[in-house]
Amino acid sequence: MEIVLLGLNHRTAPVELRERVAFSPEKAGRAATELRERGVLAETLVLSTCNRSELYGVPQESAAETIPQLERYFASLHELDPAVLGASLYHHRDHGVVRHVFRVAAGLDSMLLGEAEILGQVRDAYQAAYDMGSTGPVLNRMFQAALEVGKRVRTETEIGTRPVSVAFAGVKLAEQIFGKLSKHCALILGAGTVSEQVVEHLRDRGIARLLVANRSPERARELAARWKAEVIEWEKVEGALAVPDMVVSSVGAEQAVMSRAMVERAMQSRANRALFLIDLGVPRNVAPEAGKLYNVYLYNVDDLAEIVEGNKRARAGEIPRVEAIIEQHVLKFQAWQTGVEVTSVLRDLRAKLAQGRNAFLRERLSNMEGLTSAEQERMAQLAEELLERLVISPFEHVRSERDLRKRIADLDAVRRMFGLDQEKH
Amino acid sequence: MTGWVLATLLLYILSFAAYLRNLYVENRAIGLAAGASLFVGLWLHYFALLERARVLHAVPYEDLWGSLSLFAWLLGATFLGLELVHRGRAVGPFVLPLIVLLFALSHFRDVSPHPATARGTLFALHVTLNILAYSAFSLAFVLSTIYLIQNRLLRRRKPGGVFWRFPPMDVLERMCRSSALVGVLALAAGISFGFVWADRLHGHYWSGDPKEIVSLLILVFYSAYLWLSRSTAWRGSRAAVLCLCNFVFVMFSYSIVNIYLSRYHRFY
Repeated sequence: MEIVLLGLNHRTAPVELRERVAFSPEKAGRAATELRERGVLAETLVLSTCNRSELYGVPQESAAETIPQLERYFASLHELDPAVLGASLYHHRDHGVVRHVFRVAAGLDSMLLGEAEILGQVRDAYQAAYDMGSTGPVLNRMFQAALEVGKRVRTETEIGTRPVSVAFAGVKLAEQIFGKLSKHCALILGAGTVSEQVVEHLRDRGIARLLVANRSPERARELAARWKAEVIEWEKVEGALAVPDMVVSSVGAEQAVMSRAMVERAMQSRANRALFLIDLGVPRNVAPEAGKLYNVYLYNVDDLAEIVEGNKRARAGEIPRVEAIIEQHVLKFQAWQTGVEVTSVLRDLRAKLAQGRNAFLRERLSNMEGLTSAEQERMAQLAEELLERLVISPFEHVRSERDLRKRIADLDAVRRMFGLDQEKH
Repeated sequence: MTGWVLATLLLYILSFAAYLRNLYVENRAIGLAAGASLFVGLWLHYFALLERARVLHAVPYEDLWGSLSLFAWLLGATFLGLELVHRGRAVGPFVLPLIVLLFALSHFRDVSPHPATARGTLFALHVTLNILAYSAFSLAFVLSTIYLIQNRLLRRRKPGGVFWRFPPMDVLERMCRSSALVGVLALAAGISFGFVWADRLHGHYWSGDPKEIVSLLILVFYSAYLWLSRSTAWRGSRAAVLCLCNFVFVMFSYSIVNIYLSRYHRFY
């Protein structure tokens, strides 16, 4: 019962190659069906995200024979010359596959360490494969364990808690000041890539009201339509500052758009309710002195970048704890896998011994005269009991004792020892 | 120490450990275990108070140690109530040490019987409500301290470590106000019961005892805090500092005034 994995990801292949080997749902379904029909894999699962295209399977033959077949199939499915894939493709076998998929689900193999999206993608890929019936006991068990690992590392470690993008850091800070944003209002001044990301995060976190102001009225209306926000005329921004709890500013201006005096007047008009200013502009849009005003929290792009760097370091510091959780689950999976293999060996061994015993008794009893059929039956029974006691019982031990199972590294050796290879396939 | 006391102390320590763990590794199961240990601890603590009353042949707050024990119990109960309303588990690691300390101190000495004193329900309500007020003010003190730490980290633009684990500043502010409000209402009711009881005992409401004066001042200060914390000039960190200063008066009332200045009050 081997497991194989063939694929490439953001570490081994550039985006130009990754986009050529991405699996659409139809292509993933086709691959799963064809590989099983051709007798290459008994179980299959395709995991395809923007950062990886991976093919998981339980081979019909040995893994060593299956991997080259999979490489050829992978290239032909995506209509690529195998040489193009070359060094970008990686493959793993058995526990290497288990460890790899656990690391993927934990976010250790992601471009953004610990990101949460991958867990949902693993879940969707597994669900799709399960629904089409291309998974079996091995991949079911492995992917269920991977989902458990992903969940555990996110609840028991801080690998995914702290924000690691400037936009999300700004929104998380707003939540640390105001709590849930569902009763709060944000004003977006100007427009930029990061502002756009901030708006997306604010919408995700349920911001109650969004206001938009831009020097160009047409641009303001366009942004408001896109973000489902209300337009504030540029000239009326100062008066409107009494309303929002946070202001995200990204205006291309030589001089500060919000002076200290302007913010001071705004604080008076808003009865000193806390005001969170995110200044994404370079040159800065908000006068730095405004950050010294009572109940005003001013963060510029460098401040947020510094927080992000600190958070990235903190996430990296969690890696050993995540690895420890992964190792626990790898061992658990190994124990299960060995248990299943022991059961299979036991079944084959019992059949083989029964066959041998019957042949032996037939041969020997034919030479013995004077035995009644009851006596012959009794001898057959005794032979069976003897075999059970001497050979089968120790194996039952292995099945019931997890520690013992861990020590048996290669059950194929047992198969060869008892000549069970023919029965295996 | 009796079985009740030991079991209570262990549960409080367990609850503290779980709250602390939950602060660093947020986990629903650990958070629930923290709250559950505190809840069971409070139940056992209740029986420890009953046992103390039985040995004393009097109310459990007849001496300083019993008063401290009731203080710890009410602090735990107030915190648990606030946690249920505001979901602020991250405050637990700061409140539980106070509860553990007060509870352990209160059982520092063995309980010895006192001459029986029957003072009635009014007196019991007067003392219990006043100690409840002290507990609520203690909680407001802890919350204000956390608020000021958060505010400082945010203003210095260095939000790291546990910053992300604490409740949002808005929630801390509301928890603090809720706590102070519970304290003000309990103190107002406690003082009123005290006046009625004094009238029945001595024939007059007011005796000019320093404890009466300081308690009324505390009531005024915390009412002022509740009002100012929503005003333009004070909302935010200034109100939190005011809350800290008010607590100095609470401690002054509970210690110096009780022990050295009051003629009628001893440990409450």
